[in-house]
Amino acid sequence: MSHSRIPSRALLAALATAIAGCVTINIYFPAAAAEKAADAIIDEVWRMRQPGPGGPGAAATEPAKEKTP
Amino acid sequence: MIRLFAILLAWALAGAALAQGNLDIDTPAIAQFKAGMSQRHAQLLPWYQSGAVGLTRDGGVVLREPGAVPLAQRQAITTLIAGENADRTGLYREIARANGNPAWEADIRATFAQRWAERAPAGWWVQNATGIWQQKR
Repeated sequence: MSHSRIPSRALLAALATAIAGCVTINIYFPAAAAEKAADAIIDEVWRMRQPGPGGPGAAATEPAKEKTP
Repeated sequence: MIRLFAILLAWALAGAALAQGNLDIDTPAIAQFKAGMSQRHAQLLPWYQSGAVGLTRDGGVVLREPGAVPLAQRQAITTLIAGENADRTGLYREIARANGNPAWEADIRATFAQRWAERAPAGWWVQNATGIWQQKR
């Protein structure tokens, strides 16, 4: 009655460790996943992944010269 | 006791594994930012190539050489840049929010800044971490 028993103290310690661990994981920034996400978005925005063989290269962006009368 | 701890440990590890997987970038808001940026990219491209517009170290774009843009077009470029920076900021915020951690916005911005700079083609101008402008080679 006078002192708490060891097992409950150990339980408390284990719980505290587990909770601290969870908090750490939740605020941890997934750098590798973020890089992957960034690359996927950059591919799309800059259209760096050439779709299909002979995709739109420099020729597609070069406007045809207009004939001058 | 030990069993409880083992369960908690397994749970924590599962959380860690999940966090190392993929970020969710498949939301309507993100799709909208991407569409806006893709569309704008065609108009910004010649200015990236000429060096008039550069990629900043904080994941944005800036008119670094106003003199390289004819006066008649300067207002249009300014509008393009403002729109691009607004979309990028929205994108970074939305990725953080969609993944349940709004506090990640700054980390996501920093990651993007590094990836935009890394992947910029030769000839483009990018600002390094110390603020110095360098032309990609």
